[in-house]
Amino acid sequence: MASLKDLRDRIASVRSTQKITQAMKMVAASKLRRAQEAAEAARPYAERMEKVMRALGDSVSTQDTASPLLVGNGKDDTYLVIVATSERGLCGGFNSNIVRAAKRRIDQLLADGKEVKILCIGKKGRAQLNRFYPGRILDTIDMSGIRQLGFVDAADIAQRVRVMFDEGVFDVAVLFYARFQSALTQIPTEQQLIPVPLAEHGGSAEDASDAGGGAIYEYEPDEEAILDDLLPRNVSVQVYKALLENAASEQGARMTAMDSATRNAGDLIDNLTIVYNRTRQAVITKELIEIISGAEAL
Amino acid sequence: MAERFSFELVSPERLLMDVEAAHVVVPGTEGEFGVLPGHAPFMSTLRPGLIQVFEDENQAPKTLFLKGGFAEVNADGLVVLAEDSIDPETVGLAALDQDIRNAEEDLTAARDALETARAEATLAWMRPLRDIIARGI
Repeated sequence: MASLKDLRDRIASVRSTQKITQAMKMVAASKLRRAQEAAEAARPYAERMEKVMRALGDSVSTQDTASPLLVGNGKDDTYLVIVATSERGLCGGFNSNIVRAAKRRIDQLLADGKEVKILCIGKKGRAQLNRFYPGRILDTIDMSGIRQLGFVDAADIAQRVRVMFDEGVFDVAVLFYARFQSALTQIPTEQQLIPVPLAEHGGSAEDASDAGGGAIYEYEPDEEAILDDLLPRNVSVQVYKALLENAASEQGARMTAMDSATRNAGDLIDNLTIVYNRTRQAVITKELIEIISGAEAL
Repeated sequence: MAERFSFELVSPERLLMDVEAAHVVVPGTEGEFGVLPGHAPFMSTLRPGLIQVFEDENQAPKTLFLKGGFAEVNADGLVVLAEDSIDPETVGLAALDQDIRNAEEDLTAARDALETARAEATLAWMRPLRDIIARGI
């Protein structure tokens, strides 16, 4: 049986933990709002880019001279799996969920006899993946120095990936991140970066003509040159979008995790308080019995 | 009152400008082109250069430096997708020269394709910006 002092100390310690988780929850909530605003602000650019890409992709992708970024380099032996996770923990199952989704895909690729290389964004995913696939991780991109994610950060990552693609390090690149749905739900998502998935272009002839509003465009220099210019940008934009979603998801997951931690701490305090009160009463009763039995003995 | 059309300047991070303009001069890859109301549907890539936005034909234009990007003219107006824009008046020539020298050093000292690509990308927009500022805006 713990002494009264022990119980008091435990209650105090749980209470201070609760204060910390409460504070973290509020910080996550305000960061989440900022991350959501950033994701929203980035939407117009991505939407317009997609519209144009679709309109152009249909007309150019059938040609032999189309950029390898669009049609691939003719092989799919080596996959580059880019896993975007967070730099900090204490965000519930956020990182594990992304890693699990990536792991499922990697195992499947390995079973198919493909070569898999991994590029980590954020150190939390690296720690987990390194346990399963030692030696496959090419590099980890450290995002801890970045306070507010900017497009340049994403563009730099995209450039790295493009350079690796040009050097023939890999044939296909897929990106794993968590799509933000709500503070409660984040969906681990797989997205193909290189080559640009044709499914988005193909079968959307209607959208394509929609994009131009039915008008016939004049192109300068020409469609192909424009597409060649846009494709690398598109990779950057996709990475940027994914990282923004990921940032929002991370804060959402942290907020939820900290909320339930705060609630758990509250439950724990209630239980401990009951035990504390019982113990206190037991001690008083014991003392009374001692006094009475002492008096009776006289 | 002259006719206007909607002009949007969009960067990946946010909507930079959303105004009614009377006339916009855009730095296209194959030469500058002016957009007036009722322009034919048109798409062009941009080179690093100045974009001039005349909200009113008689007023001085708002001038911004774009690092390159993409322009689309459709029935609704003009949309420019630009990665980044810089107000050329805020840039000091000496600081820019120093940056260019740094980038050139990076280029010669580059150990791999990634570092080369990075330095080249920086120089690709810094040099035209320097020319423009040196010439006077």
